[in-house]
Amino acid sequence: MAELSQNLLMVAFFCYFAATVLFAVSATGKNFKNSSGDYVNRWGTYGFIMSIIGVLFALGYFGFRWAAAGHAPVSNMFEYTVFLGIAIGIAFVILYAMYRSTILGLFAMPIIMLIIAYAAIFPQEVEPLIPALQTVWLEIHVLTTALGQGILGISFVAGLIYLVRTIDVSKDRKNKRTFWLEFIMYGLLSVLGFVIVTNAFNFAGYESEIEYAAPLEDGETYQDVMDYHLPPIFGPSEGEVMTEGAMAPLIELPEWLEAGDVNSVMWALLAGLVLYGLLRLVFRRRVSALLKPAVRKVDPEKVDELAYRAVAIGFPIFTLGGLIFAMIWAQIAWTRFWGWDPKEVWALITFLFYAGYLHLRLSRGWHGEPSAWLVVIGFMIIMFNLIFVNLVIAGLHSYA
Amino acid sequence: MEKVTCECGHQNPYGTELCERCGKPLKEQQQLLNMRYEGVARRSQTYNRSVVDKVWNFFSSVKVGIWIIFLILVASIFGTIFPQEMFIPPNVDPAQYYGEEYGIAGEIFYTLGFHNLYGSWWYIALLAALTTSLIIASIDRVVPLYRALKNQRVTRHKSFLSRQRIFGESDVASQDATYEAVKEGLKKKKYNISEENGNLVAEKNRFARWGPYVNHVGLVLFLTGAMLRIFPGMYVDENVWVRDGDTVPLPGTDSQYYLESEGFTMETYDEDDEMYAEALERSGGPITETYRTEAVLYERVDGNVVGVDSEQQKVKSHDIEVNDPLTYDSYSIYQVDYKLNELYEMDFELESEETGEVYGDFTVNLFDPEDSYEIDDEREVTIHSYFPDFYFDDDNEPSTRSSIPDNPAFIFAFDGPEVEGTEHRFVGIQQNHPVTEDPVYNVSFAGIDTNHVTALTVRKDLTLPFLMAGGAIFMIGLIQGSYWTHRRIWLQKRGDDGFYVAGHTNKNWESLKRDVNAAIDGTDIESPEDQIVKKEESKKQSASADDRADTGEADKGGR
Ligand code: HEM
Repeated sequence: MAELSQNLLMVAFFCYFAATVLFAVSATGKNFKNSSGDYVNRWGTYGFIMSIIGVLFALGYFGFRWAAAGHAPVSNMFEYTVFLGIAIGIAFVILYAMYRSTILGLFAMPIIMLIIAYAAIFPQEVEPLIPALQTVWLEIHVLTTALGQGILGISFVAGLIYLVRTIDVSKDRKNKRTFWLEFIMYGLLSVLGFVIVTNAFNFAGYESEIEYAAPLEDGETYQDVMDYHLPPIFGPSEGEVMTEGAMAPLIELPEWLEAGDVNSVMWALLAGLVLYGLLRLVFRRRVSALLKPAVRKVDPEKVDELAYRAVAIGFPIFTLGGLIFAMIWAQIAWTRFWGWDPKEVWALITFLFYAGYLHLRLSRGWHGEPSAWLVVIGFMIIMFNLIFVNLVIAGLHSYA
Repeated sequence: MEKVTCECGHQNPYGTELCERCGKPLKEQQQLLNMRYEGVARRSQTYNRSVVDKVWNFFSSVKVGIWIIFLILVASIFGTIFPQEMFIPPNVDPAQYYGEEYGIAGEIFYTLGFHNLYGSWWYIALLAALTTSLIIASIDRVVPLYRALKNQRVTRHKSFLSRQRIFGESDVASQDATYEAVKEGLKKKKYNISEENGNLVAEKNRFARWGPYVNHVGLVLFLTGAMLRIFPGMYVDENVWVRDGDTVPLPGTDSQYYLESEGFTMETYDEDDEMYAEALERSGGPITETYRTEAVLYERVDGNVVGVDSEQQKVKSHDIEVNDPLTYDSYSIYQVDYKLNELYEMDFELESEETGEVYGDFTVNLFDPEDSYEIDDEREVTIHSYFPDFYFDDDNEPSTRSSIPDNPAFIFAFDGPEVEGTEHRFVGIQQNHPVTEDPVYNVSFAGIDTNHVTALTVRKDLTLPFLMAGGAIFMIGLIQGSYWTHRRIWLQKRGDDGFYVAGHTNKNWESLKRDVNAAIDGTDIESPEDQIVKKEESKKQSASADDRADTGEADKGGR
């Protein structure tokens, strides 16, 4: 059953790809105006249908894996990240139904694919649950939080569209806005690059072990082994390569940095740089300029409202799942509803950030572009909490 | 202060910008009306004389509120750079720890007090400022807003309508037919219609306007609840270790309750389980599936004479597991930790040093050793000293680290017919030396008994009801304000051959426009204009004309 579910996820992935193509045709094709004054065309509708099919297959993966494991598949990095991708898909379907924005599909689908592909880098086997996770609160808390984050993800997509649409990225413009927009593009390409590089080295069967002295709580050390699936640019301090013929780390890091994780980040940044450089070389234009033709017809007012609407819908769900249900569960499992664990604090930071955003929108000057930057930053905070806080600032939550 | 009378006859409070009843601007206004709070008189916008006014105005400003939120956000980030003090190992000195672990950055972190950031006075002051701001900003707005929405009349002053963001006027062939058609259209969109003199206002979801205030009330309740912890007795948070079979008084309950552990068990996942095989292999060791304490709770019942005549009465038994505490009265007892196979009893044999002849044996309970053990009628072993967790201290004297028998050691004293006076011997794990010369007796280990120990946390938290009520009210308000929007559409006769149409919403203008367009669809009324978009477009057109001139790239833009 677990295998069937993996296959369904594959199918979903290809549906999202097909939907991307359909939305691309729609964005560059011919439009007509419908009764409420919005531009739509048939290709957009086909894309929408395809994305719904994709979501259904993804839910199929989810259901079968749930049945196989006996608990909702959201208990490790692979499962959680995939579900975040699924949640963005669901959020897209809801917001498309409200605003009929095909351009939203063109941007959302690839981002969903990117997230699922990123998830697939983590170990995928079904894992047993530690005692703290054996409760329905796992499902209640995590599913609600991820759904909220998924909807906030759509606000990020809409914000990005707004920026690509309104910022002038023609060659002779050079300012902070063009720089940061390119920076976002570079960030997305880094994730893509990381996925490609990791899969390539996995495919080639690269593996290397480095032994090092890991610190214990009481100040002593013990010999531990770090598994590398990417060649070590960064290694642990005074590590010793155990695998024959494998390269030695170029740079040694202090003990309190997780060398393996820093190494992954470095590879991501480098791979992103290569991809970005290639695109610039081939097209001789900014990467965001390459997206311009697709957003020509976009009404900025409408995507601005769409981004806000996604926050208005997603924020309460995120708060319910990520703070309120989280507190109830923490009170039951850990004896206290709040413990200032880094993951908890970052959920609070996310909450405060979007609360700040909502209040800024009360004043007119913050509509439009500033607002779009904010929703982009907001989603980066969410991703930071998922990736960085989980893997690097280990706390009670790092079960991945 | 004196009231302001509008030409429609309504008496408005001092400071009102738009007549509460007909909407006529009473003060100078920009081209479009500022409709945020219906132009009502808000205290913060009206008075600015006394200190109270100044404080009030400061805290009622959204800008200030945003600053407070932002400061809390940034402060919270700083607290996650390195672990908080409560997460570092308990036996280290924080003053050294941060410097040693994290270098110079760690030292700065510690010096600034960030190792205990969330309990610092300034973090709590920020939370207090947030609470104050929430209260004042809400009161400043909600009271007048309520009055303005209640007083509003259907028929509006023309200048009120024409200076709405959504506004249009159209000639129509038949006023009556058009009126009815639009009214039907609005009804279909689920608007409530109020009519007066052949004009109408269609309104929907006014209750959504109270959403922010409801959620702010919830937040204030929550924050107040959290601050109640400073009062003693509001909460209990104690740890207790219980050995299998023991009954102990529960700390934090004034010896009102006792808990017995009938046994602790731990299970790990079956390594042959196919589904988890891969994961178990990667983890490199067994993974705990569950651990539980079979607990029985007793309550002390006082007899006639308090303290003397008391006995314990069983009140509840429950298997305590992670995620499943024992709850009774206002206390909850949680499973938090355990220690398997802790030393519990040690068996010794008393024998002759020379021949090895065994005289008899004795058993020492490591938690509650007796003073002496009679071996037979003549011989006796006395415990001279007991070190449950033996080590040599700084002065090289035998000593103990704690009362937990992790490394028990004894100095025994022997009495019997074979010796004159008393003989001493030091016995510990892997250690056995006579203290007196020419020893006659020896003791040897005959066995040990171990026990599981469970760690439980006793909790009582009287602030929880406030927090739960606050959280629930917050969520209700949040949903109320986020999932519905207050929309109004005015349809007003212009003479006898036309109509004014105007619309206002507090957010999501695109959706409002869709409603208006759907309602007038099929009538003579033209789609009203969005005056903000119109203004911006005309601005942009002149700007982008310049743009195109100097970049040569034509960007068609727009709708
Ligand atoms: C973390 C704390 C806070 C949260 C979660 C919060 C939440 C909210 C939400 C969700 C809204 C509705 C926004 C919308 O519909 O777009 C709102 C509105 C508002 N908030 Fe807050 N708020 C917080 C703190 C504050 C503070 C400190 C102030 C003080 C100035 C404030 C003043 C306001 C005002 C004036 C409104 C507009 C009310 C209206 O439109 O009628 N809020 N708040």
